[in-house]
Amino acid sequence: MYRSHVLVCSGTGCTSSGCVEVQENLEKELSNNKLENEVKLIQTGCHGLCELGPIVIVYPEGTSYFRVEGKDVKELVEEHLLKGRPVDRLMYKEPISEEQVPYYNDINFYKKQSRIVLRNCGYIDPESIEEYIARGGYDGLSRALSEFSQDEVIEEVKESGLRGRGGAGFPTGVKWGFARQAPGDKKYIICNADEGDPGAFMDRSILEGDPHSVIEGMAIGGYAIGADEGYIYVRAEYPLAIKRLRKALEAAEGLGLLGENILGTGFNFKLKIKEGAGAFVCGEETALMASIEGNRGMPRPRPPFPAQKGLWGKPSNINNVETLACVPVILSEGAGSFNSVGTENSKGTKVFALTGKINNTGLVEVPMGIKIKDIIYTIGGGIQEDKAFKAVQIGGPSGGCLPEDKIDLPVDYDSLTQAGAIMGSGGLVVMDEETCIVDVARFFLKFTQTESCGKCTPCREGTKRMLEILERITQGEGKEGDVELLEELGSMVKETSLCGLGQTAPNPVLSTTKHFRDEYNAHILDRRCPAGACSDLLIYKILEDKCKGCTKCVKACPQDAITGEKKEVHVIDQDKCIKCGACVDQCKFEAIVLG
Amino acid sequence: MDKLKSLDDLKNLREEARKTTTTRQSTENLIIVGMGTCGISAGARDVMNTILEELNKRDLSDVNVTQTGCIGMCEKEVLVDVKLKGKERVSYGRVTPQDVSRIIANHVINGQIVEDLVVGKPES
Ligand SMILES: Cc1cc2nc3c(=O)[nH]c(=O)nc-3n(C[C@H](O)[C@H](O)[C@H](O)COP(=O)(O)O)c2cc1C
Ligand code: SF4
Ligand code: SF4
Ligand code: SF4
Ligand code: FES
Ligand code: FES
Repeated sequence: MYRSHVLVCSGTGCTSSGCVEVQENLEKELSNNKLENEVKLIQTGCHGLCELGPIVIVYPEGTSYFRVEGKDVKELVEEHLLKGRPVDRLMYKEPISEEQVPYYNDINFYKKQSRIVLRNCGYIDPESIEEYIARGGYDGLSRALSEFSQDEVIEEVKESGLRGRGGAGFPTGVKWGFARQAPGDKKYIICNADEGDPGAFMDRSILEGDPHSVIEGMAIGGYAIGADEGYIYVRAEYPLAIKRLRKALEAAEGLGLLGENILGTGFNFKLKIKEGAGAFVCGEETALMASIEGNRGMPRPRPPFPAQKGLWGKPSNINNVETLACVPVILSEGAGSFNSVGTENSKGTKVFALTGKINNTGLVEVPMGIKIKDIIYTIGGGIQEDKAFKAVQIGGPSGGCLPEDKIDLPVDYDSLTQAGAIMGSGGLVVMDEETCIVDVARFFLKFTQTESCGKCTPCREGTKRMLEILERITQGEGKEGDVELLEELGSMVKETSLCGLGQTAPNPVLSTTKHFRDEYNAHILDRRCPAGACSDLLIYKILEDKCKGCTKCVKACPQDAITGEKKEVHVIDQDKCIKCGACVDQCKFEAIVLG
Repeated sequence: MDKLKSLDDLKNLREEARKTTTTRQSTENLIIVGMGTCGISAGARDVMNTILEELNKRDLSDVNVTQTGCIGMCEKEVLVDVKLKGKERVSYGRVTPQDVSRIIANHVINGQIVEDLVVGKPES
């Protein structure tokens, strides 16, 4: 027995900020102080506040330390672990109030969250199946196998209201029902861990922090639909997730929780990992299955749906990582406990990757129905440097941008869709007054345009044309009628593309032309970028109150664009200026600015 | 490890495994050892280890052990506080490893304060 457990986050974020050194130094210091039998060191998955990593948490109190470096470890061990004196300087400070918070649970970032999917992330050692089991792991599977028929499992999942977390939000139980009813002895269950959205890392964190929850979810799904085999399709860029998954599979096989005659119930189920090359379109379900089969990952028309003709022509069911991680909880705690959280048509919680101009970026899990405002201000700690909020982009490249007047909107599938965004897989990018909306639309379209597989013309050519227009606008070459053209092209691409990539690619553009028309007009009609972000639309100007008339800039300018008398305010002739920036470096008085 | 052959096997493994993670659950039953400089020199380390052994022996996995710094009663070291769920915090002073089993058997298990060792009931 140990009196204290010290948890070191070893997710991808904390690994890149140096948790390995912290971990090694902790081992060394514990042994130097002969504490190795009193204090247990545990590596966990992500806690969500990756930006403040490496994170160390000391139990039983739950004191949490952030941005811990190798050199802090000696003090941590000697002060906290040896003498019981917490080290204040490494504690969390709330962004606005600057209040220091010693315990993890009291930090605002965590207080408004409700962790169902992430229940074990950052709390257990993901490489220990015993720790997962200690937390109730594999209870859902054992209940499903012993107390529920296959149809009853499907009923329970329907009852829970769980909808797919991979984007479209299709009811999971209904989907399982299709696969169960499809004729055939051989069926597959597939986990979609491709996670191609830029900025998203929800699924990666779940796999790294709690791989068994996904494995258990797949085994339950396999039992329900009658599959004896499953595939986890993970992108190869996720080496830590793959390593932990492999370990978890081995451990589950070792205990007989995967394999033949699981827990003596007669159910057989095995799982394989397939590493994907990391193309966005491979996340599309038909492309993904083609990729597992060893072919090029290209979508094909549906129907037939995977439930009828999936992997190797057999009935297959494909679910997202987060969807599957919800399943064990539904089976062990019951549908009623799951559907008590959330709104009428969106049950449970959703994990978001919170990024952009916000104080606390990171991974959060919130109950469905929470207001966007609460995510941004309470959990996210508000906008960086107290700038003004401008918009939030929800749903990644398939989603849309919502303006300030939509900030009171509850986060659920239907209200987001109505407002022109989507739940998507959980990217949430916050933008402030200095972000250019046209540029954001351009960024997302550029992403989907590059990732288009090129199979169908509207997606291949249409997105390219749209991108050209957007690029023109941000370069100050926009023409009247461009917005109308974007809208026309956009709806055409949406309606005529074969797969979800093309069907949703115009969304970031269409939602911004709708909600931020003024900003497009400013670019096109006034050649002005209100956010001050599009460099081609910016001009160098001399601030009257700062210019001392030293004439230095005049000599620097290759275009002879600057004129002015000695000791008097100088001016730049915008027609001559080529925006080389040479004058800025010369001015000692910081009188020349871009604006 | 052996394969789990039945639902009961899984249940038993869970019971075993639970003990290893209780330190991370707030059980609200706490034993707090004074580990200030003079606490350590007075032998707090031995006392702490004896406590851990005793809890282990008695399988008391819902009691957490933690430590605190100087509370200003240095002359009464080793100081051990017991704070059970819903009860007042009690401080024992001049605790030796030999006293530990009494504190745990009488106070922690049976709720009877070991009066002769009590030095105070500081604010918690
Ligand atoms: C271009 C494209 C990329 C996608 N990428 C992913 C992905 O990375 N992960 C994912 O779970 N679903 C992705 N999807 C959605 C899947 O096709 C599928 O709907 C989902 O995996 C179903 O699981 P769910 O019902 O649990 O949401 C993508 C869809 C499209 C059209
Ligand atoms: S819509 Fe785009 S990504 Fe999808 S199949 Fe057509 S070309 Fe490929
Ligand atoms: S270098 Fe600066 S201060 Fe000097 S003339 Fe130019 S703008 Fe004015
Ligand atoms: S940016 Fe270059 S061209 Fe323009 S005024 Fe300054 S030095 Fe001259
Ligand atoms: S990886 Fe450590 S908090 Fe996310
Ligand atoms: S060091 Fe123990 S009370 Fe002061």
